Amino acid sequence: MESLDSIVLTILLFWPLVSALLVILLGKSDSQIKKGSIWASLLPLGLSIYLLFAYDSAAGGMQFEQFAEWIPQLNAGYHIGVDGLSIPLLFLTALLSTLSLYYSAGVINERVKEYFFLMHLLEFSMLGVFLALDYVLFYVFWEISLVPMYFLIGIWGGENRGYAATKFFIYTLVGSVAMLLAILGVYFATGTFDIVEAAAAKPFAGNLTLASLAFWGFFLGFAFKVPSFPFHTWLPDAHTEAPTAGSVILAGVLLKLGAYGMLRIMLPSFPEASVYWATWLVGLGAIAIVYGAFVCVAQTDLKRLIAYSSVSHMGYVMLGIGAAAAVMTPEGLASAVNRFGLTPQAIQDSAAMALNGAALQMFNHGIITGALFFLVGIIYERAHTRDLSRFGGLATKTPHFYGLMLTAAFASLGLPGLAGFWAELFTFRGAFAIMPYWAAFGTIGIVITAVYILYRIIQNVFLGEYDPAKLTHWTTVQGEHADGPTDMVGFEKVTMWPLIAAMFLIGIYPTPLVSYFNKSARELLAFVQNLI
Amino acid sequence: MGDLGYIAPEIILLIGALFIFCLDVAYDPGVGRKSGLSYMALSALFLTAALVAAVLQLNISDPEAGPKVAFSMMTIDNFGSFIKVTIFSGMILTTIAGGRYMNRRSGNQGEFWTFFLMVSLAMSIAVSANNLVLVYLAIEFLSITSYMLAGFLRENRRSNEAGLKYFLYGSIASAVMLYGISLLYGATGSLYLHEIAAAFTEIIGDSREISGLAFAGLPAMLLILAGLGFKASLAPFYQWAPDTYDGSPTPVATYLSTASKAAAFAVLARFFIVAMASFEVNWVPVLAAFSIITMSMGNLAALRQSSVKRMIAYSSVAQAGYILMGLVAVTSSSPSAMDGLNGVLLYLFAYLFTNVGAFLVVMALEETVDSTHISAYRGLIKRAPWLAVMFTIFLLSLTGIPLTGGFFGKFYVFGAAIQRQYFWLAAIGMINAGIAAFYYLRVVREMFFTHEGEGEALDVPMALQTSLLICTVATVWIGVYPSAVLDWVSTASVQLLSVVP
Repeated sequence: MESLDSIVLTILLFWPLVSALLVILLGKSDSQIKKGSIWASLLPLGLSIYLLFAYDSAAGGMQFEQFAEWIPQLNAGYHIGVDGLSIPLLFLTALLSTLSLYYSAGVINERVKEYFFLMHLLEFSMLGVFLALDYVLFYVFWEISLVPMYFLIGIWGGENRGYAATKFFIYTLVGSVAMLLAILGVYFATGTFDIVEAAAAKPFAGNLTLASLAFWGFFLGFAFKVPSFPFHTWLPDAHTEAPTAGSVILAGVLLKLGAYGMLRIMLPSFPEASVYWATWLVGLGAIAIVYGAFVCVAQTDLKRLIAYSSVSHMGYVMLGIGAAAAVMTPEGLASAVNRFGLTPQAIQDSAAMALNGAALQMFNHGIITGALFFLVGIIYERAHTRDLSRFGGLATKTPHFYGLMLTAAFASLGLPGLAGFWAELFTFRGAFAIMPYWAAFGTIGIVITAVYILYRIIQNVFLGEYDPAKLTHWTTVQGEHADGPTDMVGFEKVTMWPLIAAMFLIGIYPTPLVSYFNKSARELLAFVQNLI
Repeated sequence: MGDLGYIAPEIILLIGALFIFCLDVAYDPGVGRKSGLSYMALSALFLTAALVAAVLQLNISDPEAGPKVAFSMMTIDNFGSFIKVTIFSGMILTTIAGGRYMNRRSGNQGEFWTFFLMVSLAMSIAVSANNLVLVYLAIEFLSITSYMLAGFLRENRRSNEAGLKYFLYGSIASAVMLYGISLLYGATGSLYLHEIAAAFTEIIGDSREISGLAFAGLPAMLLILAGLGFKASLAPFYQWAPDTYDGSPTPVATYLSTASKAAAFAVLARFFIVAMASFEVNWVPVLAAFSIITMSMGNLAALRQSSVKRMIAYSSVAQAGYILMGLVAVTSSSPSAMDGLNGVLLYLFAYLFTNVGAFLVVMALEETVDSTHISAYRGLIKRAPWLAVMFTIFLLSLTGIPLTGGFFGKFYVFGAAIQRQYFWLAAIGMINAGIAAFYYLRVVREMFFTHEGEGEALDVPMALQTSLLICTVATVWIGVYPSAVLDWVSTASVQLLSVVP
């Protein structure tokens, strides 16, 4: 296994690119492309599972690192590696990619070759962001992830797809360019593009103005992607118009890139600025939680509702990250200690807990919202509308669909025993010790979440009497006429069950997953404390 | 060989131009497709020979070798040679692709290709000239041949308008520049760039205060900037550009917006860095202002265009603003990897292949469906998938998306600006990148996002396809592995910066 370990990440990263090229060069018939793509995507999935087991948790830190020269003139190289934070996210990416390809094989029948090419390219770029340990490499993958998603929304999207795709692209691009300027700033301050080395070289230490400029440059880049309130306005459009698999990847993985960037780059590189601006991060997070939830209640389009719920749920991630950001320096720690009279150890534990909650929420949100978007897609393929007022009483007609939707929806509102609960618990418990008022404000969102999940989704769509007059035109998933709603078919069940199983698994026994994140969270806190 | 060897590329081009001219006079087989294409092939041949000569002059292996002076008026250094390589590459690609286009539209093929080589010659001289009179003559030579080429389609009113507009603006710009040169001569008593620099250093000295005759330097600088800014289509001297690019034959528009612009920037860089070194504190804010106005005006105007050719014309104005940003951030005192001049050169090199490619796509559409309107691009992915994909790559490169050459160009000029701590300049560049993405994407949207557009497959000429392929490969190559180009770029810029006292 020694020899495999030395190149495993490169294979993981480039295999989707190879798959994409194979689709273009060798793809003949649609069915061959679909089958080939699904099989090909099993390799990255397998490798990411291998990494889960092969990663040495006891040793921690970056492992499986690889380095090759790329642009020696700039001291920028091909540097990739994984730690406890990125491994679960790689697994999430590979899992959702495979499921999306599998589901798409059942519903995409137009311009198949382009579609599967773009899906592979998208997986390549997302894996690249999670693997890159060099700023230039990171930025390259970060930006090229825009391109396939732009085409996926624009070609296979709904009515308003051109508008939504352009909005998505331009919003994220503006944020990215701000990040590029910050990256260049860090480069000139430290002389390296290596993410780990640059953080250790303490860019702009002692110069809060420049550090804040760089901090906000990165923040803009990441906040557009997360998306943090008030940069979220592209998201409902993009999600609503995107094809089902596009929404799944967008919500499941692309939004995580932003939060991952905050954890990987912002907190370790700019501890002083992080402390200074932590209240802003927490505030934006808490506002997003509450605001997103209220907006959800007002939605009439099921997919748009789920999209806004992402704004709300990514707010938890921001809340957790912001709370931890507040204690990144000894001064920040001291001021938190003075405020509440807790011991430094207790505050540190809370910060680690907030970070764990944020990371866990990233993973869970990927699983849960991914599942919800699949489910919306499944009903849309039959009803050809997402208008909530046209649904009702589907529980008796489509019991399997109802059961899965119920599970995913409850996981989303944080029912104990399902995945979402732990993330909310950790985030709020951690944040409460550091920023109690904002955390308390954020809890309002939990209540409102229950309102829109129970009332708007469960009651509106599934409960009550089924009224055939509400929606007369139903089809089967293959597009043939049907007399009423039909239940899920085989390939849809196969797509859904792994996600549902993951929700139960993490809900009942989160320890293995948390242990990855906890390792990284502790390392981050220790790294920053030693730095100062 | 001596001095003559140093100007080998220019000699080759001169021989080529005269050869085609004589051939055209001697044999007049009437209007014939065949003769037109053979003239095209001949001029491509001579350009390739000139390219080889320029590459040989590029001293990458021996960075110690200093610049050489030919006939006391031309400096043959790596900077000039690199720009020549850039220019000749663009001219060759345009020539190969443009043969059939010109052949269909005009009978005087010999004349056209003669001028085409003359234009290349003029640019080649301009980028090496170290004497302001020679600079002026080369720029005038370039302008006059360009007027003729822009208005070459005599029966076409748009082409006439293009030529006339270029001529009217151009002659005023030249006059203004000449006035600036005369002021410099009056103040310093020399026309050689390095002697001007030495004279100013003496007058200004270490005090950094402008006094006495040095006062003439400021207006002279602005006047010369106006003259060269016209060539580089900087705002506010760019009004001719969209009309001229739109109306001229597309091969002419292609080189006007790429090679000719590269030449203008090279002259501008040489003039400011060598002759005006003492005035750096003064020209930095001026160039920064020009940069901001240029990119903003170009982008805002491009937003509203419905002709793709015109849109690219305005976008190339905006691109000039980004390139100028690199010149603003030149650090003559301590060259570093991300120096502004490196940025200018890398940007010009990457931009050349990208923009030539974009114009060639426009040419392909003109050739096949005879339209430059954006609606002609609807559903292009169905009719000509590779054309649509290549155009998308060029547009993404112009936007500055990674894995294309345009990204590293922007990366370098933004980097140079950040290094000099011109954060506001970089921030304005950032906003502009967002605006520009909007109109570039509009074309992508037309090409890909429609489900209609089933039509006949386009029959794009083989030669055009070849040129396009080269442009695509170069654009992606610079974007994926810029290391090799960066080596050339830094040897080129180090040599220019080293002459600064």
